[in-house]
Amino acid sequence: MNSKSHVPFIRTVKISERSGKDTIKIRIAAFVLALTAGGLFILFLGYNPLELYGTIISGAFRSKMAFQATIRFMIPLLMSSLGVALAFKMRFWNIGAEGQIIVGAVCASYFALFHDNWPHFLLLIVMFAAGAIGGGLWGLIPAYFKSKYDTNETLFTLMLNYIALHIITYLRDGPWKDPGSSGFPKIARFTSNAQLDKVLGVHFGWIIALILLVLVFIYLKYTKHGYEISVVGESKSTAKYAGMNVKKIILRTMVISGGICGITGMIQAAGSDMTLASSVAGGVGFTAIIVSWLAYLNPFGILLVSFLFSVLEKGSSVMQSTYGLSTYFASVLQGIILFFILGCEFFIRYKFVLTKKGGK
Amino acid sequence: MFIKFLIAAVFAGTPLLFGTVGEIMNERAGHLNLGVEGMMAMGACAGFMAGFFYDSISIALLAAFLAGMLGALIYAVLTITFMANQNVTGLTLAIFGVGISNFAGEFMLVNSASNSLKLPEQITAQISNINIPGLSTIPVLGPLFFQYNIFVYLGVLIAITCGIYYSRTKTGLNVRAIGENPGAADAAGIKVTKLKYINVLMGGGICGIGGAYCSMIINGGVWMNNPVNGQGWIAVALVIFASWKPFRAIFGSFIFGAFNILKYYFPKTIITIPNAFYDMLPFVITALVLVVTSIRKSKENQQPASCGVNYFREER
Amino acid sequence: MKISETNYAIELKGITKTFGKVIANENVNLGIKYGEILALLGENGSGKTTLMNILSGIYYADEGSICIDGTEVSITNPNEAINLGIGMIYQHFKLVEIFSAMDNIVLGTRGRYVKNSALREEILEMSNKFGLEIVPDKKVYNMSVSEKQTIEIMKVLYRGAKILILDEPTSVLTPQETEKLFVILRRMKEQGNAIIIITHKLHEVLAISDRVAILRKGQVVDTVNTRDTNEKELTELMVGRPISLEINRPETINRKTVLKVVDLSVINEDGTKGLNNINFNLKSGEILGVAGVAGSGQRELCETIAGLMEAKAGAILYNKENIIGKTPDEIINLGISMSFVPEDRLGMGLVGSMDMVDNMLLKSYKKNKGFIIDKKPSKELAEELVDKLSIITPGIETPVRMLSGGNVQKVLLGREIESEPNVLITAYPVRGLDINSSYIIYDLLNEQKKKNVAILFIGEDLDVLLELSDRIMVLCHGEVMGLVDAKNTSKEEIGLMMAGKKMEGVDSDE
Repeated sequence: MNSKSHVPFIRTVKISERSGKDTIKIRIAAFVLALTAGGLFILFLGYNPLELYGTIISGAFRSKMAFQATIRFMIPLLMSSLGVALAFKMRFWNIGAEGQIIVGAVCASYFALFHDNWPHFLLLIVMFAAGAIGGGLWGLIPAYFKSKYDTNETLFTLMLNYIALHIITYLRDGPWKDPGSSGFPKIARFTSNAQLDKVLGVHFGWIIALILLVLVFIYLKYTKHGYEISVVGESKSTAKYAGMNVKKIILRTMVISGGICGITGMIQAAGSDMTLASSVAGGVGFTAIIVSWLAYLNPFGILLVSFLFSVLEKGSSVMQSTYGLSTYFASVLQGIILFFILGCEFFIRYKFVLTKKGGK
Repeated sequence: MFIKFLIAAVFAGTPLLFGTVGEIMNERAGHLNLGVEGMMAMGACAGFMAGFFYDSISIALLAAFLAGMLGALIYAVLTITFMANQNVTGLTLAIFGVGISNFAGEFMLVNSASNSLKLPEQITAQISNINIPGLSTIPVLGPLFFQYNIFVYLGVLIAITCGIYYSRTKTGLNVRAIGENPGAADAAGIKVTKLKYINVLMGGGICGIGGAYCSMIINGGVWMNNPVNGQGWIAVALVIFASWKPFRAIFGSFIFGAFNILKYYFPKTIITIPNAFYDMLPFVITALVLVVTSIRKSKENQQPASCGVNYFREER
Repeated sequence: MKISETNYAIELKGITKTFGKVIANENVNLGIKYGEILALLGENGSGKTTLMNILSGIYYADEGSICIDGTEVSITNPNEAINLGIGMIYQHFKLVEIFSAMDNIVLGTRGRYVKNSALREEILEMSNKFGLEIVPDKKVYNMSVSEKQTIEIMKVLYRGAKILILDEPTSVLTPQETEKLFVILRRMKEQGNAIIIITHKLHEVLAISDRVAILRKGQVVDTVNTRDTNEKELTELMVGRPISLEINRPETINRKTVLKVVDLSVINEDGTKGLNNINFNLKSGEILGVAGVAGSGQRELCETIAGLMEAKAGAILYNKENIIGKTPDEIINLGISMSFVPEDRLGMGLVGSMDMVDNMLLKSYKKNKGFIIDKKPSKELAEELVDKLSIITPGIETPVRMLSGGNVQKVLLGREIESEPNVLITAYPVRGLDINSSYIIYDLLNEQKKKNVAILFIGEDLDVLLELSDRIMVLCHGEVMGLVDAKNTSKEEIGLMMAGKKMEGVDSDE
């Protein structure tokens, strides 16, 4: 009986959870493997991976200007990752950061375009608030339907991204079209009164980003709200059992999450683009998902990962001008890194065992 | 005019049909794969390039299928074998797939002679509309049913086959059982892992073909970045609209196709609406569909119960 | 392939299985013949289910071998077990809820797609042969637990199993349904099947089995013939030392009604009736036991009282104040101290991935003012509980899901008791615990009772309910079938009520 199957087979076995040290080792190994896989990909294209990686790193640091550009890449990424992390901590799959950034930028731009005669700092504060409120409201919509009808938030937030994008194209082609641009549809450049000031060569968005980082860290770790977010994320029924108002927590957290993304939009428009462009979010909202997950939703981890990713983004633009390879390489490599990190989590709780069949 | 509108809707809905059926195959096996956009993008790129170099529609289709499958393979290994979070893995696949597709596209563009990529005549002839002899000349019905390109027929055929697979075959029953309760399926002697892999991979391949449609037909045979352009995401939402049934996916896709092209056919004399709102329409409708389906919940037409949850046999 | 001399249908030799650090089975040797019923007796956590899961191909043993009909085999997946004629009937049914009985029965079987009409015929014919009642087209989600179990048995028989394994089959049945099941099992035995029944209920072992194998801490400590043994001996073998099976029932005086439930009706989310016109009083210093087949409204009752579920009609009076329509928060703010120990410990009562300190916070984090959380009191409470209840944990910073079932329950119950409630609601507090841990929990409850706390105890083991409770309320389909004095009732009487027979006028209230 069954003699045909005397071949060894592989099965999955649960192990006692590894220590923190081993866990970190595994994750580092996964990261190195990911870079190796990326290197093989480069090799396959006929380039020297070490040379290319070198170009990326030196490209991001080679001059003060280059470094400032890297930081400029980092600001929106860091901020929106923080926003996304708040929602993810609650297991609310907010992949609508892109849309929340856009709506925040749109709301802020209204004041930049039509009230640029206000005093500089008042204008910036109003723009800041408008961005936060716009993004917050855009985050509130899916949260409302989630808490009321359990509507799938992943797809809902995603649809809102596209809707937001078309709001910009509508404004660009119609009501907000720059009369000065001869036929070509675009929105007027902000006057310098509506632009963010520079501190150490980079617009002061970086200061706001760092402040947000500390605030989010404290919020998640030391406040009642933060505690509620973790409990809701772990189990809604436990949260209800503990007397928490789950609906309220979902709504509140998503307003904050969307609000942070909205601020990102304002910073991007007023600090980086100096106008409202349809590329204001430009995929940052999606990259933020990868960043926050890679950082295990830890704010300081997010700082580290978003810095690494910005080096990659800036470096790959240098790589493009040097080798003619597309900047999309950055998202390919980001994807590969996360794939490997996702895969390595397995080895923290399980292992494979090779077993010989037939007991002998 | 109305007939033309319907025909255009079918054309516009075809990539959605592939994406939706592909995702149904994933979700029926208990895997919520948000990477449809990525798998379609990979298929778009591979299909286009294969068509560009080999002048053969069958090679292009095969390449698109394999590329979509490759994307699905990454997802399958991570979620089925390594039990990684399905949401995050799917999202990453979407970003990665679009990235690698655009990267490869630009790579080919830069290395091409004329800095543009256009499918050769030979293959555009193969993917142009087919007039089915005897049937295509029937008034109204002819153009409405029998004058499409090979993709459209292939899509409908796949959807019907898939529908029969789930409702009329033992394997289909087994797959549905896995999607509902993998533990029960496993105990009943069904090879859970194997069937999950097969369904996720096949689903990915089908998504890939849908991507090829985007790159080869929609853009008129010229390579442009982001050929899929959000269709994959709509497809994921359409699965809910189709309540996980391939037959319903056919109609759902064509209805959404109609929304996509409404701006070209809506009589401008009645009311002028800015183009941006037309472009927004499919996404608004999808959002509404999500809300409506979540408000009225029925017991039978629900997402497979284990969807999104990984299965480990020795879980205690 | 070696042939063993014995005529066992199935023989296990030196089976060892570990999960991480936990040794579930250690060097287990066991054999069973055709035409025999073997009871596998052991406490919760003694490794019975793991052992049987190895036989059915769900788990794969680290060491040891399995022989079927004297031939050594290797069972790497459930499919191979089925092909070898092994059929397992799981305690937690492995059924696809939205499928019909028929689809569930044929699921995964080989061969071509059979037409429904032919299949229906075949199933009905087979079920008649074994005396099983099956409606082939009924959907599983419309079935009672006993119907579901019948489908599970049918599934196994349809696959031609000769060796049947039943994991705690009676835990969800009324005593009458249990008797019916035993009739079926005896019939199958007469037809030459080998049957293994896993249980921890001694009287059932004595009633149905021919031989008993006793498992303790993953090892087979002894195998005895049923007719040569008795309850006392079996208990000692199972627990490893002589213990008294008596549960204390301390007498308290001055009982006053604390909670009065009047005409309470609850509708579930899916529109079905959860509770229908429930009336009862809960008094201080008493344990009111609640009996009933799983899903008879126990969960709804607990959650409605705790303010987690909405009531459709009726009132719950706590010292004359109606608490219906109030959130758990508002109930606490009214000065009503009520604790609810839910059955789903890590899914509801505790957060598995958080440590003890954070879990202590769950009910108290709102108490201190301001925006910032204060962990100090929780830390002290956690340390105190570890001491007081001798909770075994690597430290109060260890995630609670890493603790054993008994310790998890101590953390949960401990936290609730520390809030010094007037009303304590516990649902299945000893589920999954071994006998020692169970007795610690009973003692904790009795201690609370002596402090004049009113306790609502949702139980599943009728023997325990009869010994621990002062009064027993029986639920069936969301209705109260009767409320009886625990000292003056019998298992049979309660069983009849669980099955839906109403007892009038036996309430010993006031």
